[in-house]
Amino acid sequence: MSDPMSVTVLWWAVIVSGIYHGINPGMGWPLAVSAALMQDRRRGLIEALGMLGLGHLLAMLAILLPFSLMRILFLWEKEIRIGAGCLVILVGVYLLINRKHPKFLARVHPAKLTLWSFLAAMAHGAGLMLVPIYLGICSIDANDTGHLAAQSLMRGNIVNALKVAMVHTLAMTVAGGIIATVIYFWLGLKFIGKTWFNLDIVWALSLVIVGVVGIQTAGMTH
Amino acid sequence: MNIRPDPTFHATAQLAMQAPIENFGFTIMLSPDGSQPDGIAVVDLNQESKTYGQIVHQVIVENLGDEFHHFGWNACSSSLSPLSGHAFLERRYLIVPGIRSSRIYVIDVQDPLKAKVHKTIEPEEVFTKTGYSRPHTIHCGPEGIYVSTLGGGGEDGTDGPPGIFIMDCESFEIIGRYEMDRGSQDKHYDFWWNLPQDYMVSSEWGLPPQYEGGIVAEDLLSNKYGHSIHFWDLRKRKNIQTIDLGENHQMALEIRPAHDPKKSYGFCGVVVDTTNLQGAIFTWWRDDDGVWQAKKTITIDPQPADPDDLPELLKGFSAVPPLVTDIDLSLDDRFLYVACWGTGEMHQYDVTDPMNPVLSGKVELGGIVKDTKHPNGKDFAYGPQMLEISRDAKRVYWTNSLYSTWDDQFYPNDEGGQMVMARVGENGGLEIDKDFYVDFPKGYRSHQIRLEGGDCSTDSFCYPNV
Repeated sequence: MSDPMSVTVLWWAVIVSGIYHGINPGMGWPLAVSAALMQDRRRGLIEALGMLGLGHLLAMLAILLPFSLMRILFLWEKEIRIGAGCLVILVGVYLLINRKHPKFLARVHPAKLTLWSFLAAMAHGAGLMLVPIYLGICSIDANDTGHLAAQSLMRGNIVNALKVAMVHTLAMTVAGGIIATVIYFWLGLKFIGKTWFNLDIVWALSLVIVGVVGIQTAGMTH
Repeated sequence: MNIRPDPTFHATAQLAMQAPIENFGFTIMLSPDGSQPDGIAVVDLNQESKTYGQIVHQVIVENLGDEFHHFGWNACSSSLSPLSGHAFLERRYLIVPGIRSSRIYVIDVQDPLKAKVHKTIEPEEVFTKTGYSRPHTIHCGPEGIYVSTLGGGGEDGTDGPPGIFIMDCESFEIIGRYEMDRGSQDKHYDFWWNLPQDYMVSSEWGLPPQYEGGIVAEDLLSNKYGHSIHFWDLRKRKNIQTIDLGENHQMALEIRPAHDPKKSYGFCGVVVDTTNLQGAIFTWWRDDDGVWQAKKTITIDPQPADPDDLPELLKGFSAVPPLVTDIDLSLDDRFLYVACWGTGEMHQYDVTDPMNPVLSGKVELGGIVKDTKHPNGKDFAYGPQMLEISRDAKRVYWTNSLYSTWDDQFYPNDEGGQMVMARVGENGGLEIDKDFYVDFPKGYRSHQIRLEGGDCSTDSFCYPNV
């Protein structure tokens, strides 16, 4: 039997991580403000947010879909979840030690926001942060439906991956969009510097924490 | 690394203009004969201070003969774009190259009164990692610190063309060459860019044998100095267009793009037109078809002179050329300042309409023939040369030396280093401040000036004015 509480908690984790990614200027919302101002039209803001969101969504799927395929090995569910947790912790630790910024991001043309957003999310392990949460959701789903045929389990996993990526990206885009809009229409560009905090360490620690929690909850399943 | 972006990084040029004004200036100290090590003078610019207008600290390096010339910051307002990922760098280090030695000093100016050398990059590292020599202009940008060079490889810097190389903006390691496709570019001088529009513009002076020992009159009269400007796809590192300004337009030097990144134009100063000794400013812009254009929009006439008052080099012309050797654009893109080093004048042009500049102010100081005194009655060696404008556009500072060997050719009887300042009127106009006059220590000349917190030739902005 699933605990409705834990499902709710996991979906909130998907939303909160989206808001967290969205409000971080490093994930791109200032580029939406810049685009609207450079083009001298408000639509530029929405278009840029759309491109940033699309790139982020693709980066989430690029990470989650391989894990959804891996879940076909449902006998090793626990091992996969522990392995995924370890991987996320490793990336977090790597980002803690290597504090340099990925240089190749600076080579992307400023108008190619989808590509930039995809690469930025990949480089910072944004998709990995969702993996333990996603595996948790899949695990509860599987317990709910009992041991169905592998094929339908698979379909469920893919649908879950799409849902997690979309809900997360929506939360991110709305959060970033609200800040970009408020700055564009009311507060002005002065606030770009004021709303920007160095989250490098917090970000890396978040990965470690999500990984640890993922391993712990995997250990609790039967 | 900072927790918040450095307070001297500004999203727009407008915001930079509203920021607190400069308290310190950093000015090159150059020993022209290499008998003393070069250095950086820290000048007190806080008008409330007791030591206002004085050199309050000197960073003197260890080596002789570096020949300091231009320099720049490790980080500027360009860091405020999420694209570069450098938002938390500190504006703390001055990158100071020696254009004769090819040695590069990184100077920590976090506390200007205790500024000191943080790191020295030996010439061999520059040669080995880039194949270039004689580093010159510094700009901080998307991929780190960009450094233009005046020489290629080999003893005299003519083995291969000069170009730009990139340094890591945190470790100051030299990464390597910038160019992937340089097109016809074979000489180098200045460069600058428009970051959101992703273009760069570069210019040409001459190769090391054409300037190190002094100006080569035969080369000048046969139009062998640089006269083209190059337009680049900044991130693809590719020369996309070269405009030849005409071979008589010798020495296309400073590149000054509009600071508001929404605008697609800028200026370039030309030292001398060999057909008539005029100085000139070209306006360059991108037309509706995306093609770059350039047009001469300012000409400054030479002034007739008695050959007896002229140095050997100019006697035959019976005239003194303006010698436009530096230009700088105020952060509001309104006034372009033009240093006429030969005639001893500083011009101010209203470039609100960049295609039709209007002379809006002028002061005279120094000069080959006029040799105008400073309003405080003291002498001003040479003529107005490297200039820098305060962020709020109200003060214009300048020094007087052009380049060691050239100073001696054009001003054989002059010596000394001075830094002065003029105040800008509400609607333009210029007036030299009688009370600001920095005399450099004996044996030192002065060149480029950098202002604490950024100035009009360092910072690139990633967001348009509102």
